[in-house]
Amino acid sequence: MVAFASSARARAATSEVTSPSAIGGFVRISPEGGISLVMPSVEMGQGIYTAEAALLAEELDVRLDQIVAFAAPPDGSLYAQPLFKAQMTGGSTSIRGFWTPLRQAGAAARSMLVAAAAQAWGVHPNECSTKDGTILHSSTGRVLKYEEVAESAATLPMPEDPKLKSREEFRIIGKSQRRIDTSAKVNGSAVYGIDVMVDGMKTAAVAISPVDGGRLKSVDDNRARKIPGVIDVLRIDDAVAVVGEHYWVARAGVEALDIDWELGPNTKLTTASIRAEAVKAADEGTPIKALERGDVETSFKNATKRVTAEYELPFLAHATMEPINTTVHVRPNGCDIWVGTQTPVVAQKHAARITGLPVDKVALHNHLIGGGFGRRLQADTIEQAVHFAKQVPYPLKIIWTREQDIRHDRFRPCYLDRIAAGLDEQGRPLVWTHRTISGTVRRYFAEDGWPEGKLDKDAVDGAWDSPYAFPAIRVDWVRHDPPVKLNWWRGVGPTHNVFVVESFLDELAHTAGQDPIAYRRALLDANPRAMAVLDKVADAAGWHKSLEPRSGRGVSLHQNFGSYAALVIEVAVAISGEISLNKIVAAVDCGIQINPDTIRAQIEGGVLFGLSAALFNGITFDEGRVEQGNFNDYRQLRINETPPIEVHLLESNESPGGLGEVGTVSAAPALGNAIFAATGVRIRRLPIDRSLLSKRENA
Amino acid sequence: MISLNINGRDYSVQAPDDMPLLWVLRDLLNLKGTKFGCGIAQCGACTVHVDGRPVRSCMLPAANVGPREVTTIEAIGQKDSGRRIQQAWLELEVVQCGYCQSGQIMAAAALIERNPAPDDAEIDAAMAGNICRCATYARIRAAIKSASRK
Ligand code: FES
Ligand code: FES
Repeated sequence: MVAFASSARARAATSEVTSPSAIGGFVRISPEGGISLVMPSVEMGQGIYTAEAALLAEELDVRLDQIVAFAAPPDGSLYAQPLFKAQMTGGSTSIRGFWTPLRQAGAAARSMLVAAAAQAWGVHPNECSTKDGTILHSSTGRVLKYEEVAESAATLPMPEDPKLKSREEFRIIGKSQRRIDTSAKVNGSAVYGIDVMVDGMKTAAVAISPVDGGRLKSVDDNRARKIPGVIDVLRIDDAVAVVGEHYWVARAGVEALDIDWELGPNTKLTTASIRAEAVKAADEGTPIKALERGDVETSFKNATKRVTAEYELPFLAHATMEPINTTVHVRPNGCDIWVGTQTPVVAQKHAARITGLPVDKVALHNHLIGGGFGRRLQADTIEQAVHFAKQVPYPLKIIWTREQDIRHDRFRPCYLDRIAAGLDEQGRPLVWTHRTISGTVRRYFAEDGWPEGKLDKDAVDGAWDSPYAFPAIRVDWVRHDPPVKLNWWRGVGPTHNVFVVESFLDELAHTAGQDPIAYRRALLDANPRAMAVLDKVADAAGWHKSLEPRSGRGVSLHQNFGSYAALVIEVAVAISGEISLNKIVAAVDCGIQINPDTIRAQIEGGVLFGLSAALFNGITFDEGRVEQGNFNDYRQLRINETPPIEVHLLESNESPGGLGEVGTVSAAPALGNAIFAATGVRIRRLPIDRSLLSKRENA
Repeated sequence: MISLNINGRDYSVQAPDDMPLLWVLRDLLNLKGTKFGCGIAQCGACTVHVDGRPVRSCMLPAANVGPREVTTIEAIGQKDSGRRIQQAWLELEVVQCGYCQSGQIMAAAALIERNPAPDDAEIDAAMAGNICRCATYARIRAAIKSASRK
């Protein structure tokens, strides 16, 4: 049984509730008065526990400080994200998918509790009302608490189509709520996967083949085994684990290993070789069409000017603050996994396969996550831990070093984009074509890989569905899978494509000699929501106010994840090429807002996350090895580099949009456009090469 | 045997000479609030106080701490500075994933302890060693100011 917080603040629990009455999949009420809400999405900082709890609590008619939230166990039939049809947290889908189902679940539970109370009183349910976890029969003044009728309510039929509140009736949704997961995060008591303690647990550090695809040939573990506190040395195909009484001794054990790797087929891999292959694919590959509208060829013929450009984006690591870790206990008749994962069902399935146990014998205890950003959408690290743990009888915790976390990440793909437009005599675009050359991320998420010739929409998201009306447009994709494992990364397809689209649109505006915002507005007649955020940001940022020399403002606009976002960044670029961020202003229309303060926080953090990558990050390879490893060479934006940020939210009656990735998508193009405004240098490659900006002739 | 004074209590632990304070706290004393982020003094997730000063516990061998007093996130709320910082962190909703925040709070508490009313530049200088991948920096700055006003 979950201990109930005695303070007025609710909290997020990581232990599961064992003996309460379950009212549907999402509400648990214990006889002692604890109301627990099951969170189908994982909390990794985005504030989803509070938002999903708000949806349930709104209709259940309880206050947020009356509930405890805990992670759903793996159960795709109950907790699948409706947009993925799988129990996964990513793609800024949580609120879009659960907006209606969770309110329905809360309303259904409420109506069952009311029915149970009405039955107990022998009255009609219509005569009863609810408030803050109690049921009232107003004409007689009788009151019952939810916990007093929970047991009988749980036996009643679940109403199919419970009535939902209208927007005017909301008491929680739309008002900034204190987050329910944070009080434990300011006093050290929050338990992340890395903090798990299990009786009899040992801790391991690992050595992994330095080149992906390599194999363990042999290992001499004599020196390691002599270190006091080293317990075991375990081998799998491509890694070795040293188990110790604690992590430090395990690390010492790994350092004492003498390993001979068969490095495999990728030892020649370099960033230059990957790029050369991509260019070859761009020249020779067969494009897969995503969108063609209007007469592209004729429009180019009719154009007075043709503009073309090539853009490049690097591989990116996730570098979540909490390094990769998993704790696993494999027994003859069952397996327990303690971890923070964005994909619990997949992890459970892999563990069942590796251990040979039935899926229902694998219990996965999901935890608060110290940063996901997409990394924990793949279960490769959990698979590795299960492979090691099944060799020993005790629970085994594996912790990767930061260097392993970065070097053995599964990366955001690198991209090469070729883009062109034909302009009329006023400089307006008559035609727009955009070709992306990249690997497919989706093949890592599809059961049987990804068939040749099939479009991976992720490669073109944000390109085929930009906010603008072009008379003719073609968007296509050349699939070219590099020998590097890929993964989703915050902002997924749009992070890449919106950088290209918004930078190139800026190029067109300057080619046409027009103001970048005015140029965009002329293409937005049919898109009032996009127009509104653009106007708002221009106004709030003081777009037309003059600036010092070598300072500039850049704008970006996009519509992704069901939300609309416009961003203005103001920069100053020193003669040395050094970039200072002076100010950031965002305007967002995300439909109906659930928790406005968290929306702002997601935009603030998301924008800076994207800027950090654009300013500093690119994963490169030499001899098959990742060249970066820690925050010294894969550096991150710091507080002294962070400017003031304003976020303006527009009122809307539309369905709620996603938010976790919206700010990240906006960041790089607004930055690149600001740098152009400041220096006249167009940023077509990330991360930004400062040496391009130090040229005196651009001053 | 290494003797340590942590959060006002005396401990003796059996640990290798080079074992950093971080891992002694986490694995031998079960004080899991102090986090491992980089292991090379780059991120600040492991920040604790040693005699009131913020220190990267991932690079400090526990054997070198000696009689100095160690304070961790678990006990910082007992100090006025720590309590005010924690309060401001909640009021301004600084926290996202939270993984860096033990370190941020320890660095911030040390700052307002020695400088009761820091300005932006002083905040930036004191906090620049602490990375937040959720990039909660703007709110960290605001929360330190709010805490220092109280
Ligand atoms: S873990 Fe110590 S500074 Fe990063
Ligand atoms: S809150 Fe997530 S790393 Fe700082």
